[in-house]
This record gives sequence, structure tokens and C-alpha cells, in this order.
Amino acid sequence: MHALEFRNVDFAYSEEGKRDFCIKKLNFTVEEGEFVAVLGHNGSGKSTLARLSNGILASDGGEIRVFDSVLTDKNLFDIRKQVGVVFQNPDNQTVASIVEDDVAFGAENIALPREEIGRRIDFALKAVGMEEFRRATVARLSGGQKQRVAIAGVLALKPRIMILDESTAMLDPKGRREIANVALRLNKEEKITVLFITHFMEEALLADRAVVMNRGEIVMEGTPREIFSRHEELLTYNLTLPRIGRICKSLSEGGMSVNDTLDIDTLADEIARDIKGDSAL
Amino acid sequence: MRIVCENLSYTYNEGSPFAAKALDGVTLTIEEGEFFGVIGHTGSGKSTFVQHLNGLLRLPTSLKKYKPKKRKKSENEAPMSVLRVGEFDLTSKNTDFRALRKRVGMVFQYPEYQLFAETVEKDVAFGLENFAEKGQKPTEEEVKRAVSDALATVGLDYNEVASKSPFDLSGGQKRRVAIAGVIVTKPEVLILDEPAAGLDPLGKQELMELLHKIHGDWCKTVVIVSHDMDEIAENCTRAAVFSEGKIAMCASPKELFSHAEELLSLGLDIPLTAKLVLALKERGIEIDCDYTVEDFVQKVLARKGGRA
Amino acid sequence: MKEVTFGQYYPVDSFIHRMDPRLKIVFLIGFIVAIFLADNFYGLAACAGVLILAVALSRVPVGKVLRAVRGILFLVIFTAAINILFHTGEHVYWQWSIFSVTREGILFSAYLILRLVLLVVCSSLLTYTTTPVSLTDGIESLLTPLKWIRFPVHALALIMSIALRFIPILMDETDRIKNAQKARGADFESGGPIKRIKAFIPILVPLLLSAFRRADELGDAMDARCYGGKTRTKYKKLHFTWRDLLGFLLLAALITGVVLLRIYVGEML
Repeated sequence: MHALEFRNVDFAYSEEGKRDFCIKKLNFTVEEGEFVAVLGHNGSGKSTLARLSNGILASDGGEIRVFDSVLTDKNLFDIRKQVGVVFQNPDNQTVASIVEDDVAFGAENIALPREEIGRRIDFALKAVGMEEFRRATVARLSGGQKQRVAIAGVLALKPRIMILDESTAMLDPKGRREIANVALRLNKEEKITVLFITHFMEEALLADRAVVMNRGEIVMEGTPREIFSRHEELLTYNLTLPRIGRICKSLSEGGMSVNDTLDIDTLADEIARDIKGDSAL
Repeated sequence: MRIVCENLSYTYNEGSPFAAKALDGVTLTIEEGEFFGVIGHTGSGKSTFVQHLNGLLRLPTSLKKYKPKKRKKSENEAPMSVLRVGEFDLTSKNTDFRALRKRVGMVFQYPEYQLFAETVEKDVAFGLENFAEKGQKPTEEEVKRAVSDALATVGLDYNEVASKSPFDLSGGQKRRVAIAGVIVTKPEVLILDEPAAGLDPLGKQELMELLHKIHGDWCKTVVIVSHDMDEIAENCTRAAVFSEGKIAMCASPKELFSHAEELLSLGLDIPLTAKLVLALKERGIEIDCDYTVEDFVQKVLARKGGRA
Repeated sequence: MKEVTFGQYYPVDSFIHRMDPRLKIVFLIGFIVAIFLADNFYGLAACAGVLILAVALSRVPVGKVLRAVRGILFLVIFTAAINILFHTGEHVYWQWSIFSVTREGILFSAYLILRLVLLVVCSSLLTYTTTPVSLTDGIESLLTPLKWIRFPVHALALIMSIALRFIPILMDETDRIKNAQKARGADFESGGPIKRIKAFIPILVPLLLSAFRRADELGDAMDARCYGGKTRTKYKKLHFTWRDLLGFLLLAALITGVVLLRIYVGEML
């Protein structure tokens, strides 16, 4: 089943008609249970995609479907319950100073009974590995922890789709790993469909499928490996290869028989085989 | 300007129940001409350290003025702190901080959020006018030349952007304007806190190229604070690793990343090349490289060629 | 990272810290009523006694508590001096022109000082022992009856909660912007008033823009979490315990005592 579907969606920021980043006739589907990475340079329209998906921005044309119901003004709340969005800045997403109060916010908004809110807080904090921090002060957490709290706040609504809109952009490497791991876990264990929007090429390697956006259009689509094997094309969209891809490319240009692998251990195996094979001759 | 720092300690909110020790006896020398890296995770004291270098944070000198008895005691516990940047002694009360800051530029994290003026030109010229000697206000012509130079250095065209509002520019352009506003006085030492944070891959690459360009020109010393180990490996002459307010290691990238296990045990990342070197070591292949991508590839290919 | 101390909460665990914030707020109000009802020495002594007990139970160092008084020291001395000099009475010790020092004046000032000190100590004890967050919760809960007259109690509470969350962030941000402009040679300390006000523009503009940007993002994040529906529930519940009952009884006893003293002993001047 399609979890999320964009059909001919248009969007333009109405700012005096100049320099708007728009979405143009966008067609895009995400299957239920998929983990999709959305890549693109700053200003390519990837964040607009996230804000359109849960109706924070309204499209100027076309149709957005979430599990076969069309997004309209009337079912906004139902859609938002199903499509959770986590944003970029870990400091700008919390309404309360204490972790559990903040996680409760969404569940309170949909008027759940008190006991159920308690259960949802347990579930959400456990899912992001923050159960020990239930009574902690948000301000004293690290960036990665704050962002996990933000994810928990969305999870408390039990969404079926989770969109992380550059949620790792402002974090340090440790925080980025934490968020990537949480996203993977949610996908594998909670069976939540994940849309991971990022400009860290390395993070795309986690995904089942990656799409590249440029000027509001989807210009490349495929498994991360397929995408990164088309390096020349990536460069034209102002994107670079992940470092490991660059190393593979240079090695094979230097005459070493390595595939375009994107995994450290596989690459080490291939280098070792090549060198040892040579020396055996 | 040589930066000499001995036994530097700093505590936020000293004396309150929320007191937090950020620096604990830091000793470090940065030579003129270096491209120096400062590594460590959030809260390790690295940002606190760099803010001392142009006097934005100061040693608590007031303690020394009274309570002579206590002074002796505390001197036994903590030896005298030294902090010198070139000829400036930052432990002295009489330091001319304005003169210091003119020569030691500082770019904060997300500098585009500090833009304020109506036009790009005015924003970039802000530092120029502040640092001008009394009674020697720069002429319009001088301002224009300096601003245009600074914008050209960061890759922007004066005629195109100078009269625009900085808030009408794209994110990447805003950051360039903000950096231009710091380098407009051509500081000899340039300190940057996470300069590439939030930029896309191409933006990062261009920024590092920009820093190398000015480092080879009028800027003698560059100090960057960074989380990105690949960035450190590829750009720095030396780097210091901060951990819990202390310096855990300080060496060239080549030496630093040959202690990969130690870095990992501090909860820090290592460059991809170092990960590959470790993985190859497990497979019985020793690669001795300086951890830049180019050198790694060259050394690996040399092994192949050498044995063939 | 810099830790922002906000409010003057003193983080220890004590009998008073554990009390329900609603009771503490009510207690403060009741206590203020009591110190103004007390019109003789015994009544004020009883109030002081209760407050000393509360301070002792709170485990907040006495020095900290008294520091709050230091803030109003000038006000206290000034009012006392005015009262001593202008208050008229029967037992005159010294007189010159319209000024006179009388026994009544001295006593009146002494009571006034005592009242001010008790008032300040009791209010600061509330903020020392209650986090801003629970204070907000307490106020929201106490205001709940106002919902009947369509007063947006929840919105008000949410505003307070968000303010508590963002004030430290914005304070931190102000510091950062100030430092960044200082690094560009900005001078906030010298010059005349107009120059100084102008010097703050490079801080104010980025700060306001940042506040708007944050508000925008927070709005999106709240929308994403289904804010704005018609009905809403509340997870947090405050619990009234035996401590609060004791506190309440003590307050009731104090007010009764003060009233009885007022009736049977009367004004002492």
C-alpha cells in the first residue's frame, strides 16, 4: 500500500514572484514500511516536501494522499496524527521544560485520557531510548537527546509515517548517529514508514531507497548504491559523493578492482584481496 | 602571533549551585602559521577555550585584588595561569582588548544569525568602523574598497550584493557575508567555531577552500573548532582534543589518528580513512598515511604497485 | 555549554520543596493577609515564628534567604526614616519644625520593617523552593475556575510554559550575539546615552529576528503535534498530600491566632 503519495503537486512561495523555491508537478510515492532518504542541496525543496506532507503548507495544485485518504482542510488533524514531522532545530520544538510534559503535549492535544497519555509517554520515551530522562530538564540535554525528545513527542501520537526534516543538520556526529539509529529502529521494530531528509550523503546509506531533489523536482531515484554510482550526475545537482564513494572512485581509477561499495568492511576486504592477490602473483 | 596558554581554568556561574567547570588547567601553544584544529564533543570546553583567545571570556582577575590570605591558598592549589596572544597578555587588567580583537578575528557558530544592518555593505563595514582609531574614521572610498575586497574574498560580487539587505540573501550567501564582516579588518589570527555547520556538502567544500586561500595570504593563523574529523584530517597542521575541560591529546592529524582507539574511547569519531586503516590492519595490511583521502589512496595504490 | 540560571530556585530536597505549589501560593497569599492583620507585637511574632519554621524546613541557607532582604534594604531604611520623622504621637522624644521622633513613630516603623522583611522572605522562599515550571502549573490549576467565564486559562498556561522554556535560550542567544559583535569591535560600555542605545541595535535586530524565527518553527512543530483542536486533556495532575494539609492547618491557625490577638490584645503603639 502507498503510505504517502504526491500526485502532480505544485507549490510556490508567494513572495513578489521572484526567487521562490517551488515544487513543480511533483510525483512521488512512499510504500508502507519503507525507509526513504531524500537528498538535495540547501534550497532544493526538500523541506517544503515535509511541510506539504502534513498540511503545514497547503499545495497550490495536485493531490497529496496519506494511506489513500486525500489531504484536505477537513481531515488535517487525522492526517497529522498519521504523519509525524520532526524539524531541524532541537531547541525550537519543545513547549515544556520537563521531558515528560513535552512528550505529553501532542497526546493532550488529541484529548486522550490521562492513563493513555501515561502509556504513550512510556512507549515513546522507550522507543527513542530516553526513558531514564523522563523527569529531566530539556535545557540540560545534549542536542541529540533533545532531538530524540522531539521524536518522542511526535511518536506519542502513534503516527504511521515519520518524516525527519533535516533533523540531524544541527547535531554533532554523536547526535547524528543517535538519530539515525532511532530512525532505523522505528522503521524495523515499530514498522513505521520513515522519510529521512538530509544533506549528509553518508546518512542516505541507511535507506532502502534514495531520491535526489533539485529545484523542486525529483531528479534521481534508486537504491543509495545506484545513486552514488552516478557521481557525475550528482555533481550537477550540487551534491558530492560520500567520502567512501570518493575513495572507491579514486582507487578504481588507480587500477584497483574495487566495486562501488559503500561499506567500510566490504571495501577493506576488496582492497585486501586486491593487494594480497597481487603479491601472490 | 603565537598563542601561549598555561593552566587555564574557567568555571561558569562560579559560586552558585549551578557552577560548571568548563576548563580545567589547559596548557597549549599554537604557533604562528598553523591551521589548528580544536576537537571535542559538546560541553568539552572547546568553545570556552576559543572565546578566551580574543578576551570575550576573561580570567577572574578580581579574586587577586583582595583576601590576600585566600590568594596564597588558591595559588598552591592552582598554579598561575598564563594566556598570551602575540604581545598581548590576557591575564593583565590593562590589556587593550579592542586592539587585540582587531588582530584576532572570531567567527561564531551560525554567524549569519548575527547580521543586523540594512545593507550588506553596512554590515560588513561594521567592524571596520569600530576598529578605526579615534579621529581616523575611514573615508567612504576606503570603506568601499575594504568591503569590496572582503566580499570578493568570500566569493561575492560587490556590485551585486552590497546594496541589498542581508536578509534577502540565501542561507549560504548570508554566511559568506557574515564571514566577510569579520575578515574585513584582515585579522592575523582567525578563529572559527564550527564554520561549516549546517552547510550542504558543496558549501562545506567551498568554505574550506576559502579558509586555505586567506591562510596563504594575510591571515597567518587559523583555528577551527570542528566535530568533523575528516575535515580536521584534511585541513589541519595540528589539532587538540578537548575532553571534560582538559586537553586529552594534541598532535598532527597523522599522529592523532594513529591513536584511533583512544579517540573512540573518548566517544569521538575518527576519519573514514582511519576507519579503513583499522579495518585493513585487521586484515594484515598496514597502511602508513597522513589520513587525507589523497594520501590514503596513494599509499594503498603504492602497495598494490609495489608488490605487483 | 553555558548553564543559564533562571529564577532563583535552590535545588535541594526538603519538606517545603515537596509541597504542592498550589498550597505554597495560597500560603503566601494567606501569610500576607496575616502580617497585615497583625497589629500588635505578639501577632507579628507569631508570623515570624511560622516563617522561621518554614525557612528551617526548607533547607535553604539562611544567608540566601537574607540576601533577598538586601535587595529592599534601601526601601526599608527610607520608609522607616520617613515614618520615624513624620509620625506624630504622645511620647515625644525630639522635635524640630515639622519633624518629630515619637515612641509611636518608632514602634510603627519597627512594625513596618518587620512586615516588609516577612513579606520579602516569604515570597523569596516560594521561589527558592518551587521550580518555575511547578509555579506555572500551580497558577494554572488555581486559575481553573476562571474557565467558566471563558478566560483562556490553558492558553495562558501554555504561554507561561513556553516563556519558561525559551527565556534561557534567548538569554544564551543574547550573550552569543553580544560576544559576536564585541569580537567585531562593538563597544557597549562607553559613550553617552544615545551612543549606548545605538550600540544595542546590532544585538536587538538579530535577537528579534531569531525570536521570530524560533516562534515560526515552534508554531510548525506545535501544528505537527495536532495543536489547536477543540478539546484537550491534561496529563499532569498536582497532588495534595499530608504535607500540604499540615501547611494549610498551620496557615489557618496563624490567621485565627492573629485575628484573636487583634481582638483581645489590640493595637500596641
